[in-house]
Amino acid sequence: MDAAVRELSYSQAIQEAMAIALESDPRVFLMGEDIGVYGGAFQVTGDLVERFGTDRVIDMPISELGGAGVAVGAAVTGMRPIFEFQFSDFATLALEQIVNQAAKMRFMLGGEVSVPLVMRFPAGSGTGAAAQHSQSLEAWLAHVPGLKVIQPATPHDAKGMLLAALQDPDPVMIFEHKLLYKMKGEVPAGHYTVPIGKAEIRKAGKDATIVATSIMVHKALDAAAQLMAEGIDVEVIDLRTIRPIDRETVIESVKKTTRLLCVYEAVKTLGIGAEISAMIAESEAFDYLDAPIMRLGGSESPIPYNPELEKAAVPQVPDIVAGIRKLAEGRR
Amino acid sequence: MVQTMKKAAAENVPYAFRNYSPEQLREVLHKMHLIRRFEEGAEDAYTRGLIHGTMHLSIGQEASAMGICMPLKPDDQITSTHRGHGHCIAKGAQVDRMFAEFFGKTTGYCKGRGGSMHIADVSAGNLGANGIVAGGIPIAVGAALSAKMQKNGKVVICFFGDGANNEGAFHESLNMASIWKLPVVFVCENNGYGMSTSTARSTAVANIADRAVAYSMPGVTVFGNDFSAVAEASTEAVDRARRGEGPSLIETKTYRHRGHSKSDRNRYRTKEEIEEWKALRDPISLFETELKQFGIMDDAAIAKVRETVEAEIAAGIAFAKDSPMPSTADVLNFVYTEQQ
Amino acid sequence: MATEVILPKVDMDMATGRISRWLVAEGAAVKQGDPLFEIETDKAAMEIEAPASGVLRNPAAQGSDIPVGNAVAWIVAEGESFTTAPAAVAATTPTQKVEAIEVAQPAALPVAANLNGSGLRATPLARRMARLAGLDLARINGTGPHGRIVRADVEDAVAVRAAQPAAAAAPVPQGASEASVRKLFAEGSYREVAHDKMRLTIARRLVEAKSTVPHFYLSADCRLDELLALRTDINAGATTYKLSINDMIIKAWALALRDVPMANATWTDGTMLIHNSVDIGVAVSIDGGLITPIVRNAETKPLSAISSEMKDLAARAKAKKLKNDEYQGGTTAISNLGMFGVKDFAAIINPPHATILAVGAGEQRGAWENGVFVPATLMTVTLSVDHRAVDGALGAQALQAFKGYIEKPLSMLV
Repeated sequence: MDAAVRELSYSQAIQEAMAIALESDPRVFLMGEDIGVYGGAFQVTGDLVERFGTDRVIDMPISELGGAGVAVGAAVTGMRPIFEFQFSDFATLALEQIVNQAAKMRFMLGGEVSVPLVMRFPAGSGTGAAAQHSQSLEAWLAHVPGLKVIQPATPHDAKGMLLAALQDPDPVMIFEHKLLYKMKGEVPAGHYTVPIGKAEIRKAGKDATIVATSIMVHKALDAAAQLMAEGIDVEVIDLRTIRPIDRETVIESVKKTTRLLCVYEAVKTLGIGAEISAMIAESEAFDYLDAPIMRLGGSESPIPYNPELEKAAVPQVPDIVAGIRKLAEGRR
Repeated sequence: MVQTMKKAAAENVPYAFRNYSPEQLREVLHKMHLIRRFEEGAEDAYTRGLIHGTMHLSIGQEASAMGICMPLKPDDQITSTHRGHGHCIAKGAQVDRMFAEFFGKTTGYCKGRGGSMHIADVSAGNLGANGIVAGGIPIAVGAALSAKMQKNGKVVICFFGDGANNEGAFHESLNMASIWKLPVVFVCENNGYGMSTSTARSTAVANIADRAVAYSMPGVTVFGNDFSAVAEASTEAVDRARRGEGPSLIETKTYRHRGHSKSDRNRYRTKEEIEEWKALRDPISLFETELKQFGIMDDAAIAKVRETVEAEIAAGIAFAKDSPMPSTADVLNFVYTEQQ
Repeated sequence: MATEVILPKVDMDMATGRISRWLVAEGAAVKQGDPLFEIETDKAAMEIEAPASGVLRNPAAQGSDIPVGNAVAWIVAEGESFTTAPAAVAATTPTQKVEAIEVAQPAALPVAANLNGSGLRATPLARRMARLAGLDLARINGTGPHGRIVRADVEDAVAVRAAQPAAAAAPVPQGASEASVRKLFAEGSYREVAHDKMRLTIARRLVEAKSTVPHFYLSADCRLDELLALRTDINAGATTYKLSINDMIIKAWALALRDVPMANATWTDGTMLIHNSVDIGVAVSIDGGLITPIVRNAETKPLSAISSEMKDLAARAKAKKLKNDEYQGGTTAISNLGMFGVKDFAAIINPPHATILAVGAGEQRGAWENGVFVPATLMTVTLSVDHRAVDGALGAQALQAFKGYIEKPLSMLV
């Protein structure tokens, strides 16, 4: 493996992954709206159309439902499509093909086909795009057996998990937070994979566990640095995959620290934190909890347009710090 | 007799009888009977409580299925609908494994996981029936995109009903197939009713094929119960697709003898209408008449076909009854692809 | 069928034990006889073996006190699903076959009444720890939010209980409570070191000794010059051993008790036990405390044997690898603080012994010989004696015999 490691942005890392895939695997092709000459709404595909041609980087009409079905049909007949949604909110238009077809075809056909497709969703709030362009809907899809759902939080993982998804014979849904696209990080050159279904401990600690996804991983790390100065040593887990969840890593961490806080941008109720909380309560880690499980999630509202309201609608670093302080009461 | 036939003007002899051998024509009749008796056998088993769920029978639409599939090669592909048993048999499926699937057995085409609405026969090119109206249409386009990208010369037939032609997916799919010139043939089996709603009440055009022009592709309406007419239209469209000239829309006007599903009380149409179609326009009767007319088969031969089919159906049902049920321990099998 | 792994009784007066570390992880395969975990006993760690072969499930937490006889883990057959098996009820395996979320059930404990007092707030961890320690939650003070009992509260309760001696025949006076002691010091003016099992045991046993054994003390100065010279001679010629002064002290005391056998005794309420051999517990300082490995039949062993045995025992004592019978029992003890320059001191008797010899440093003090003050190396020893078993004159005789062997060391060699 090529050991050269450089700094790339999250979107550059994704582009690099797709270029490697297009180069090495003739079954891979990209489809999406404005991903060709425009370079993609978030400039992720960039100049890929010049390098690989319009037959491999396909600008599709605004037909999310039909397009998703085309991706399914192509995937069951030997191709490996990567479908870029312009905004994750538009997944709603394609849910029929994602949920009823892609997720279930292998099962309904008794294993006669696999559906090796990848769908990428720019997600999340903070750009002032307001209610219909700022949602975090990953929990909806993570609720569907037959799909795999991932949320890489770093450029390194964005590349590695996309490449892993392309090796996966089952449909993989990738939720990329828009505010992460410009984030820079170390990315090895060449082909490598980061496993789907494995969480990563970003910071080891002993007083409390934070399980976070996507952009909240970075907010949790900021909060953890602040809390260190107060003598509270927090362990931060980047969940990375929300279906399937890496139960072992979370359980072992909670057994060690005895306290758990889940932080995620999606609406708090019925989100991934609800699942983690229940999972821990059902597991052997229950008997190691020295405080109630706490969740921080998005507000019970659509994402507002006004920038202050927009920030207030999702967890921020001070919320995480306050949450941990509360959890750590009664600690010795 | 044969010489008399050859002397007749080409126009008087239906396409099928000019282009297919007697063996092929006999096989078509055999398959049409097989479809009919399969549907009746499934219906009978259902009423005896042997089949779970419901079923959507295609009795009366046999010529449409057989005619469309006639020009297909074994590795050409089809996507089908919830009313897909006929398509499945027309594309080469075995009735025993179909019965087994309906009985929920592990020997079924979908190992008992899919049932009637999701029956498939992937090795024979049948990418599956679909429980979602218009669910299979974009999938067929995707399969055609694959064929074009892989340059393997395959053509995809996309079956759907009159109800599907008002779904958004229909419009999106025809548009994409057209702009990308994909080797897919869209086949609307218009049996006049989307469940209980007639096409007259649901669709803004009189003939669904009229919509083809909106997507810059040829559209043709044929009488769906005339095997030959259907075969001819299909052949033309399939050849066009194979030549790389893009998609077509074929509308076969047909009729279903039974209700939409097993719970349909047929309150939206009259008994008279049903009886008329059965008496005057039954596709099997029409084809048998032609076979006799053109000296391909006589009554005795036809009776033999019926007998053979009876035996096949009986054997199929027996196979299904004797096959094992899946274990409840295996409920999670096939959700994901097992990886080593 | 799941096999219970219990916390075994490994010490005579052991009511609870602590698992110091697991040698096998949850879910690992074990064979009958494999070491599973180490128990922190009075002084040395002890390995406990697996009672059956299979897969280890639900190991109890390390570090907390567990009553003897309680289950600390289960061994289930490969592939067997694990559920609670309360003592009298047959285990029911879950029938749903969907994703096996392993609900680890707490090991069933035959602990008596009201552990989960109704309306009691306690964290799951606190409940579990209390259950394993056999503590009544209702009697634990909760300092968490809303008065919730948290781990720290249970730990405090466990420590308090451990500091109390187990069912003592005679009532033992209680010291001041932890809270009242802490009140005497400013917050932040001290750092805390948690008690380990050894410390708690030392505390308990010595309180018991000091309050139930009537001690009296006899001191004598011994001239060391000849002993030192003899030792130098012996060590000069030796290759396989090097005698220490302590080795010779051990031999001297052993011979003294051989000569005065009535002083080699143990008091019991029923009868006096006069021991047939002199088994000397020699105090060895180890990390965080002390332990007394025993040299058995010391009166019969040559100095070289005592020397090598002591080297081995001391090394293993420091590594906490002594077996139970290597430090439990004995008929007397020796404690030597001479290496720290202590002139003399009086040690506390370790029951069931009747005596303990405290040895000070050998110093150049000089002595009167026939009216002349000559240079001489002297060592003060103090014998603590259990007056119930050994009276003053008897103790003095033993001490006199000891002094004789020390001052005429050649007599130890015959």
